[in-house]
Amino acid sequence: MTAVTYLEAIGQAMREEMRRNEAVFLLGEDVGTYGGAFKVNVGLLEEFGPERVIDTPMSEAAIIGSAVGAAIMGMRPIAEMQFIDFITCGFDQIVNMASKFYWRSGIPTPLVIRGPSGGGTKGGPFHSLSPEAWFFHVPGIKVVVPSTTYDAKGLLKAAIRDNNPVLYLEHKLLYRLPELREELPEEDYVVPLGKAISRRAGEDMTMLTYGAMVHQCLKAAQTLEQEDDLSVEVLDLRSLVPLDREAVMESVKRTNKVLIVHEDTLTGGIGAELSAILAEDLFEYLDGPITRVAAPDAPFPYAPPLEAAYLPDVDKILAAARKLAAY
Amino acid sequence: MQLERADLLQIYYLMRLTRAVEDRTRTLFLQGRIVGGVYTAQGHEATTVGAAMLLRDGDCIVPQHRDLGMHLTRGGSPRAVMCQWLARGNSPTLGRDGTLHIGDMHHGIVPSISMLGESLAVACGVALTVKMRKHDTIVMAPCGDGATNTGPFHEALNFASVQKLPIVFVIENNGYAYSTPTYQQFAVENLSERAKAYGMPGEHVDGNDVIKVMEAVGRAVKHARSGKGPALVECKTFRVRGHSEADKADYVPPELREEWLRKDPIKRFEAYLADKNILSEADKAEIEGKVKMVVDDAVSFAEQSPAPDGASVADYIFAPDGPIAIIGESGADDPRYVNALDTRTGKPFNTMADEASNVNHYEAQEVGTR
Repeated sequence: MTAVTYLEAIGQAMREEMRRNEAVFLLGEDVGTYGGAFKVNVGLLEEFGPERVIDTPMSEAAIIGSAVGAAIMGMRPIAEMQFIDFITCGFDQIVNMASKFYWRSGIPTPLVIRGPSGGGTKGGPFHSLSPEAWFFHVPGIKVVVPSTTYDAKGLLKAAIRDNNPVLYLEHKLLYRLPELREELPEEDYVVPLGKAISRRAGEDMTMLTYGAMVHQCLKAAQTLEQEDDLSVEVLDLRSLVPLDREAVMESVKRTNKVLIVHEDTLTGGIGAELSAILAEDLFEYLDGPITRVAAPDAPFPYAPPLEAAYLPDVDKILAAARKLAAY
Repeated sequence: MQLERADLLQIYYLMRLTRAVEDRTRTLFLQGRIVGGVYTAQGHEATTVGAAMLLRDGDCIVPQHRDLGMHLTRGGSPRAVMCQWLARGNSPTLGRDGTLHIGDMHHGIVPSISMLGESLAVACGVALTVKMRKHDTIVMAPCGDGATNTGPFHEALNFASVQKLPIVFVIENNGYAYSTPTYQQFAVENLSERAKAYGMPGEHVDGNDVIKVMEAVGRAVKHARSGKGPALVECKTFRVRGHSEADKADYVPPELREEWLRKDPIKRFEAYLADKNILSEADKAEIEGKVKMVVDDAVSFAEQSPAPDGASVADYIFAPDGPIAIIGESGADDPRYVNALDTRTGKPFNTMADEASNVNHYEAQEVGTR
């Protein structure tokens, strides 16, 4: 058994699901011959042919709309956005067509929209997006964000098998990160949607996070233990919709302090909703202000010093955690 | 096009039924019994009924808000339509949506949304499945002149052509997108010219002449069935009423409206049938009697139907887990599949008329038997 990358795990998930169920197919820009802009789909065209690995014109509305049309016929399409930023070009098909389909007609729409999200690759304002909050707000779409190689595979398989539209946000910075290489089980497995996981146990504070920020939080937690003698729990949400409220509640009830960390911008982000939930439901358990670390309310910048200033990192997390711990 | 007497009377019946359902809908709106917007399509009946008459079992339509004629031609239920207008709890959308946004994949009707043009991309996905699964069926995707100016229209036509999808695109050019006349919408003379840009056959036809519509759409259907890819037909008609019933449409020059009222597709078809000695006064009276009975029944059924329960407002956001059948393949109606029944209600999808009620068919009497 060889250790695979996060990127290879995504490819494996698609290959295995396409073998398992002939209703599964992939469509998007440059997904076939080229294997995808990041080569996530290498080998799929050769194995499954051009009818199930479809290179499309540069037409996101047609890609996502076609996925909806195939889904209502009972297929399980995977629509790839070359960069997740371009999902805006197919926005209407997600928020008006796919998300309301079952609710208003009883016709299920089993489809996955996936693509590289997130920053840290000098991608600038149009190749670095974390779009989760837009879709988190829309009833009828599930949103998942894998942070590990095991989850990248297991969450994608669960998303493909789900009977609803699922937005699967892979983080391009994690694609080939050597430290995320992992040996995956030989046997079939899924990571169920809607289940958070504790990446590190702790008693003094809970960090609520997801995606690439999980790794920044784990580094910060390690430092806080060594330098501040603080025991910090890191809860990886994995799935934003459905949200594992129970896991969030259980952890924060024990630690009584909560730091929310996400790469997306602050205002109206996932952290805002988590803050509201905690304030409503756990007011009496909180021993300090609900604290957020997120990108500033500005578009994603290109130049390296600007990108560094923009992205949450270990130092920003440490500063916020120490302030919170002092309460 | 060779059409038997029975076919011609069936077409006439469906055109009359379409008009009558819409006339009654308008009355209900004016009486304040319909709470939301009402969109009708007086003048479109030759296009909507004529085009849909060319389809057969397993074919799929992706109708828009002015396509009641397509719904009824493909077996749609007038009761379901009235429940939808009257926002009943047993409407196909369970009161979640109004208008003609209803559908049932097992009977080949895709529900549309208000963002016009978007459904054309969905039609591509239906047709992609048809092609991938080697079904012997086609998809008919209509839209208005307004929708031809949206991005998804162009993306869908291009993608359909590149993939050689079995789709017949029907443009119902009715002169206005809400209040905006065609000359402020596009600079081509005929919207059928847009087909050239995508490498598919396109033609335009008098959309108020049902025989001409059937001949032109028939050619497009033949093309799509042959596996050569999509085809486009522009049916030139006119929206003789407002965009919605709340719109007086006083921006339409009266003489233009008068001209199109004289070209009314039902009157023209009546004249055609009379000329061929097919529609006698007795036939006409019998058809009117049946139309009135069907419309009365639909309204009375809807009015006796329950309103939705407010407590259910946050229900049905997500479909349940379980296997999904591929529509149009054997066993797809097995209830073990999540998409076999309407899992919101546990019952069959209710957009289609009960076949026993025979509301979508006119049984023509043999000549001379009356």
